[in-house]
Formats: sequence, C-alpha cells, structure tokens
Amino acid sequence: MKLAIVNGLVCDPVAETLTPGGVWIAEGKIVATGSPPPDFTPQRELDARGGVIAPGLIDLSVCLREPGFESKGTIASETRAAVAGGVTTVCALPETQPVADTPAVIELIRERAELAARARVVPVGALTCGLAGERLSEMHALGEAGCRAVGNAGRPLANPLVWRRALEYAATYGLTVFVRPQDPWLAAGGCAHEGEVATRLGLAGIPASAETVAVAQILALVADSGARVHFSCLSTARAAAMVGAAAADGLPVTCDVAAHQLHLTEQALEGFDASVHLAPPLRTLDDRDGLRRALAGGTVTAVCSDHRPHEEDAKLNVFAATEPGAAGLETLLPLLLALVDEGILTLPQALARLTAGPAGVLGLEGGRLQPGAPADVIVIDTGACWPVDADHWHSRGRNTPFWGQTLKGKVRYTLVGGRIVHPG
Amino acid sequence: MSRTLQLDAGGRLRHFLTIEGLGRDWLERIMDTAESFESVAAQKVKKVPLLRGKTVVNLFFETSTRTRTTFELAAKRLSADVLNINVAVSATAKGESLLDTVRNLEAMGVDMFVVRHAESGAAHFIARHVAPHVSVVNAGDGRHAHPTQAMLDMFTIRRHKRDFSRLTVAIVGDILHSRVARSQIHALNTLGAREVRVVAPRTLLPVAVERLGVRVCHDLDAGLEDVDVVIMLRLQKERMQGALLPSEREFYRCFGLTAARLRQARPDCLVMHPGPINRGVEIASEVADGSRSVILEQVGHGIAIRMAVMALALGAVQG
Repeated sequence: MKLAIVNGLVCDPVAETLTPGGVWIAEGKIVATGSPPPDFTPQRELDARGGVIAPGLIDLSVCLREPGFESKGTIASETRAAVAGGVTTVCALPETQPVADTPAVIELIRERAELAARARVVPVGALTCGLAGERLSEMHALGEAGCRAVGNAGRPLANPLVWRRALEYAATYGLTVFVRPQDPWLAAGGCAHEGEVATRLGLAGIPASAETVAVAQILALVADSGARVHFSCLSTARAAAMVGAAAADGLPVTCDVAAHQLHLTEQALEGFDASVHLAPPLRTLDDRDGLRRALAGGTVTAVCSDHRPHEEDAKLNVFAATEPGAAGLETLLPLLLALVDEGILTLPQALARLTAGPAGVLGLEGGRLQPGAPADVIVIDTGACWPVDADHWHSRGRNTPFWGQTLKGKVRYTLVGGRIVHPG
Repeated sequence: MSRTLQLDAGGRLRHFLTIEGLGRDWLERIMDTAESFESVAAQKVKKVPLLRGKTVVNLFFETSTRTRTTFELAAKRLSADVLNINVAVSATAKGESLLDTVRNLEAMGVDMFVVRHAESGAAHFIARHVAPHVSVVNAGDGRHAHPTQAMLDMFTIRRHKRDFSRLTVAIVGDILHSRVARSQIHALNTLGAREVRVVAPRTLLPVAVERLGVRVCHDLDAGLEDVDVVIMLRLQKERMQGALLPSEREFYRCFGLTAARLRQARPDCLVMHPGPINRGVEIASEVADGSRSVILEQVGHGIAIRMAVMALALGAVQG
C-alpha cells in the first residue's frame, strides 16, 4: 500500500526541526519526507493540513494487564488506547500473571499483540523468577523470545549481591535492565511522598531518599558490571541529577519520567484523592521543576505514561488501601504538549522525548521519520482540545487524575507499519 | 476540600471529619453547644429529645472502648437509637468492601455514621459516598485526625484558662503516629494559641511538622519551659520494634513527664493525656494523678463535646 501524508508540518525529532511538507510511505516503510519522491502515486492520501506529522510515540512503561489481570485491561483494549494516544510502540512490563519470566509468556503477549493488530508491543522480561528477587530468570531465552530489556518492575531484590549478579548476567546478553529505583526498606508501608502534605493528612510517607539511595546503589553496581541500565519513572530532581552526572562520566545509564510527574505534585493528595495514589508518589514542587529542567536539558531523554489501568473497585477504597497507578497512554501526548505551551520545551523537543529519546534507550528502529524507517507515523492536531471523559477514552482503566479535565492536543491519525490504526 | 465536604451549601456543619479548614467560629460554637449539654449529665433523667427518631451507627473498624462508649452515651443522651458495629469482626471479615458495608447500613435508614478506622482518610471516603441526608463523624482515622478528641481537649483547656491567645501548649511524645496531636495542633492554632510546641525525638516527629504551625523541641526540659498546658501522648509498645526508639526506659528518661520535670512549666500548668495512660512510660503516676492533672475531666467532657457535634451535624441545634 502506497500512502502519502501531505500538507502538514513534519517534525524531525532527531534534528529537532519542524518543516512544512509530507511523508510518503510504501510497503510499511517511509520512502521520503519533505517532498514527494519521483514517480510516487499514492493509493491513499491523508491530509495533515493544520497538523504536525511526527513519528509514532514510544512508551517505555506500560502495563497491558494481560495475561492475568484482564478485568483491568487487555492487550487489545490497551493497545487500542495506545494508538488513540499516538503511541505506536509500547514496552509491556512483566507484571503479569503468570509473570513474564518465561519465553512462553513473552510469546503469548506477542501473539495477542499481533492479533490485536494495533500498537507494536515490545515485552520487557522479568529480571528474576516470578519477580521474587531471588533467582535470575532465563534471560538468554527471554532475549531470544524478543525481549530487549529485563526488569523487576519495582519489586525488591533480595540483596545488593543479587542485583550485581542480575546486572552482570543481563549484560552478558546485551539486555538493558529497567530499574524502578526505590529502596524497599525506606519506602516500606508508605503511600505518599514523605513531606508536608502527607504529614498533614497523616499518610505514611515514602522519603525522597528511598529513590536516591536506590539510584546510588545501582550506579555503583553499573560501574562494576558494565550493564546498560535505564532508570524508569524517576520522581525526584536529585535522582535525575545523579543519573545525569553518571551518564556524563561515561556510565551506560539513561532515565525517564512519567508524564504526570511533570505536572502534579504532592498537593494533589488533598482530599485523599485515590486517582493520585501513584508509585512512585507525587513529589514536591521543587522536584517537579527539577524534573522539568532535567527534561529540557536532555538528562531525561524519555517521558513515559507509566500506564496502569485499573478496574473501578481498585480505586474505590480508603487512600492507602487503593491500588497505585494511573491510566496514562491517552494523556501522554497532551501532557507533553502542555509543557510546550508553558515554554519548558519546544514542540520538536517534546516530541523527541516521546520518540527518538525512548527509541534510543532500546535501540529501536522507530522514533524517527527517515527513509527506510518503519512507517510508524502520527498526525497531531496540536491545538485541538478534548474532554477526558467516557466518550473520548479507550483504555479500560479510567483511573486518571485528569478525568473530567480538558486537554489540548489530539491525534488525528496513527499509522503502524504504514497501516492506519487510528481512527480505525 | 475538607471545608467544602464538611459544610453544606448553606454553611451548616454536615460532617465532622477534621478540625482543619473549620474556622474559629465553628470551634467556639461546638464548645458553646457542649457547654449547654453539660447539665444533661446532672439531670435525674440524663436525656434530651433532640435526636429522637434518629439512628446513629458507631462503625468501628478499629477497636476503641473509650471513644465508642462516649459516642454511644452521647447519642443516647440525645435520645438517638444507637447501633454499635465492630466491623473488624463482622462484614469486612467476610470480604465485604468498606463501601458495601456503609451502603447496606445506609439502606437501613441510618442518619449518622461515627467512623473509626486504621487508615487516614477513611471518614472522608465514607463522607464522599453517603446519601445527602447522612452525616459522618470522624472518631479517629489512621494518623490523620481525631477531631472530637481535640475538641474535648480544647473544651477542657477553655474551662480552666479561658483565653487561648495567652497560652503556650506543649504536646509531648509520639507525634508521628498521632491523629490526636494533628487535630490538637489545628485546633490550638485556629483558636489563636500563642505558641504550640511539639516535643519528641526526631524519630517520632513527621517530616515538615513545623509547617503545621508548631515549634519543634527535642529536649523536654526546654519544651516545658513556661508552658501553660502540657499534653502527653500515648506511646505504643510497637514503636520499640521499628527502630524508632531504643527502649521504653530511655524514652521515659528523656521524655517522660515527672514531677521534677513539670517544675519547668508554669505553676498553674494543666497536665492532659488523651488516654489510655502508660504509667511510667510517658507519664509518672504522681503527675497523672496529681493536682494539675485534668485527665479524668477530659473523659467527662468527651460526652458533652460529642453530643454537641452530633446535634450540630444533624441539625438538631442551630449552628
């Protein structure tokens, strides 16, 4: 199928440019950008007038919930939500039931993703068996089954020696290790940032040091093991600075933050709103601003949704007893575009943190618009406003702090491998 | 948020969940109303018909004999029908959700829930989900709030000291885990106390506690200097296990209120404690039973304050 997307502003997130033109696609790959290639007769033409043509978004932290938690979401429902939000590649976290610690589970996820035929799904394998933190998973087999990364989904490992061995073993097979840094002892029992608001509300706190201590420990072990580590969902400015300094020193480390951390702070806990029961917790205004600076300065190269859909009951309880997490695939792009409106990022920078940045973490082919690359492309109406409500929502999980709000930035088209998957 | 949840559109008290967000006028109104109820206990028939025909449910997800009993007595003295439900051994033990428990009781025509729960925010959660005619009174939620306890403490202080603006009050002990302390701090600041001090080792103080409007002291002698009121908090034995304290002995040595220590305070200093007391852990018997102690008075005031809160929230007296 030959396809042309024309009359838009084409975003190159690598060069961080925005130029009028189009994208021409054949056989699922991009054949040209800017001007049409010679002798190209498209079978279909998409008009991107008034919109921005960009690479499809790559989300490094997504819980698809299948297998095991289908009441919260399925691969079909959540990849539908992904493409509606412009996300063409999701990294599926291993917190499934059974845990994604065997090739069989990885294959099942891939098969279901192919059946759903929406976004690309890149499974992240479990670092340890059952995510129990004791025995190493069969990482070589997981790699052969299609995992590019392994992680322990924020669950603790038995001790630093197991961490060291896990990093060394993953490095043997060139697997990136995803680390959600949180010291389990310092965080034990907590459900909110240990700060002024948690003190007032009487919520058990998770100190910022729970994150920085864990980052420091892993950085020391990276220096020993040479493993490639990606820190997921940082919540403190200090942790981002530590990763940035380590990367500048030559350690193979990267990091991302979840989009909601760039907007919300501990203040959102007022009234015990369970939709902001998140892990890691919302931090201080200083942290939020520090993360924004780290994002603008390039220390944080990727922004993820940390998509965690829940059924209604999971959030219908006393704050600490609710399950943490927000459904974020569909708000990811608008939350980054809001940073453009606030002057924190340019539009190409914002899109780079959602495309080329995350692609670079895993060495994925997508995330850029250039001839030969997979035709994972989106067209965005950057000025279009939409209400976050049942009529405009695709995820099975409606657990978002932004429910009922109006967000700016809507995806007009999403293409995966040259196929239009949204609207579809 | 708390104010909008607690007060209805007409500015009347609908729920009583926390002191925070309520103005001084409301706290004084509650105390004034309690004052008017004090005489009920002295009557031959200790009842007034203000809540006749109303049903109050004491919904206790956490055991508490003293608080439950005073709420029960308060409701009965207002002539309400009272149900006591110890949820820890009933519905939720069978897997029923908190909200289903509340909705089932609500379907039986309940007018007020008095809620005690181990998690902060439980009373807020229930208040957000009950029918418009149902009121919720927080009888203690996690570490968050115990507003009726704080109000009976304020009532006791007012009885003895009248003017809050000249008072220095020290709250001593486990501030970190104390819902009582949080509510007392809000109440004292709202009522205009000159200074509120918290006295504890760093391990028993929550982060940024000074933002609540208190002065922090780690030394009891300094903390008691010239105070008008000292409120001792109960120290739970499990605090020794979490590396929060080395031992009860050391805590008593550093933060236990003894007669000798009390000499740092003003000569007419009141000694208070929300109970139950750990004698020889946070307070010496001679102080707990001494002439400055108003601990038993606090218990008696608890009934009048709870009558006032119930009557105001159910519109039986004008707020």
